[in-house]
Amino acid sequence: MSWLLVLIKSALLLFVVITTFAYAMLFERKIMGWMQLRPGPNRVGPWGLLQPAADAVKMLFKEDLTPSTADPLIYKLAPFISLVSAFGAYAIIPWSEPRPGDIWSIGNVNAGILFIFALTAIGVYGVSLGGWASGSKYPLLGSVRATAQMISYELAMTMSVIGVLIVAGTTSLAGIVHAQQRIWFVIPQLIGFAIYFVTAVAETNRAPFDLVEADAELVAGFHTEYSGLRFGLFFIAEYVNMLTVSCVATLLFFGGWNAPFGWTFIPGIVWFILKVLFFIFCYIWLRATMPRFRYDRLMAFGWKVLLPVATLNLIATAVVVAVKG
Amino acid sequence: MKNGVPRGRMRKHLYNVGALFRGLATVFGFMFMRKPTIGYPSVKKQHAPRFHGLHELRRYGDGKERCIGCELCAIACPANAITVIGAENTPSDRRSPGERYAARYEIDELRCIFCGMCEEACPTDAIVLTPRFEMSDYRRGSFIYAKDRLLVPPEAGVGTPPDERPGGIPADLGEVAEIKSTTDIDKGYSATYRGQILKTQRRGLAG
Repeated sequence: MSWLLVLIKSALLLFVVITTFAYAMLFERKIMGWMQLRPGPNRVGPWGLLQPAADAVKMLFKEDLTPSTADPLIYKLAPFISLVSAFGAYAIIPWSEPRPGDIWSIGNVNAGILFIFALTAIGVYGVSLGGWASGSKYPLLGSVRATAQMISYELAMTMSVIGVLIVAGTTSLAGIVHAQQRIWFVIPQLIGFAIYFVTAVAETNRAPFDLVEADAELVAGFHTEYSGLRFGLFFIAEYVNMLTVSCVATLLFFGGWNAPFGWTFIPGIVWFILKVLFFIFCYIWLRATMPRFRYDRLMAFGWKVLLPVATLNLIATAVVVAVKG
Repeated sequence: MKNGVPRGRMRKHLYNVGALFRGLATVFGFMFMRKPTIGYPSVKKQHAPRFHGLHELRRYGDGKERCIGCELCAIACPANAITVIGAENTPSDRRSPGERYAARYEIDELRCIFCGMCEEACPTDAIVLTPRFEMSDYRRGSFIYAKDRLLVPPEAGVGTPPDERPGGIPADLGEVAEIKSTTDIDKGYSATYRGQILKTQRRGLAG
């Protein structure tokens, strides 16, 4: 009956992730509001807590339009590619380990980190196909940017993560967390973490790297022509991706469910959630602070700064590990 | 040092990186500052004294209308928003103490620019601007305020001119007088003189 267990776990996780998405959105709007000296949404329910429900209802009842110039099949498929690749990563993210050997995750894959990178790479297709299939200029520009940006930042991101893999000596996510029981990898891999964080922002197309959407230049970028629930799917994918990279950052650099200072009286899952929340807060904080990059600077930064530094970090890590062990 | 930016390539880069973090710190501090937002429908702003809002036609203490139908407000109005049609008072039906009164008094609040020139022009202080500003509606016709909504109801007193409001204007003077004849769009157009004019122009207007 293990398939049934997986099914139940998946359904539960799907529910949790979608609810988290809804409240991450509210959280973002609230925090952004406070940072811009506004109160944020506060009309629907106490402190605006029912805002996600109102948004969902609104999204459901909007008209679903397909432009006459669009390629209908790909146009309709693209949001699902984005969404599925965004959700797929949760199949293997380990949340906690209450007892040794008892890891809370749907599947524990040996090459976990590779699986996550493979899935997030597929997410590019959703964005670029969606923009291309819209049959309109702004989405096309957005998707061309998306393709270039996401692919070039993925390189630096992978490079920065390989450093962690070398130190941990494993590609299994749970194994990487186990290797951090003594010291979180953010300390020996500080440069790697900095690069991972920057590239993760770029990978999820969030401000200041939101060239893909760039509402000031491209209306809404790749999802300009999308409306209603299809737009909603892209929207969900964006936030779920943000959650994914936050989870991965927590697992790779901030010790996953390991408690800091030996404060094990708080369960691991709480630590994990707190760390992920911290990263999401940082994302929102960045968005509220930074202006958008210019496109050529974005490319120059990715290829001329992040990639070389990540490569140097990788070489240095490899040398140190080889000399010590 | 030019504008506080240090010279030298490397130092400049470092300064710029520092600027990123200073920006983050500033924004983080903002999060805990008092928010200037007023929670509008539930909390209302205290207006400046003599705020220019919706008009009101005042009465004398004995219940007679102040307006004598002289049309000076209509002439003074830069937006051409006021229509006055005067009529003679008769001994059996005295509306105002003067010879004439306003048989019709209509203000198109969509044209009005709330400048207060009508108030200035009025020889009897009949028309005043109140601080009421919540007059939104879905229909154009209902923005033509006729006497049924402009004139102070007899039971509501005489209406206070802005000069006689000590300590400014209270945040809320209550709702606009109940909408009677001009609510409905078709009725709104036909019930008012200006509504008739608008109706004939309506083909060129967007609804």
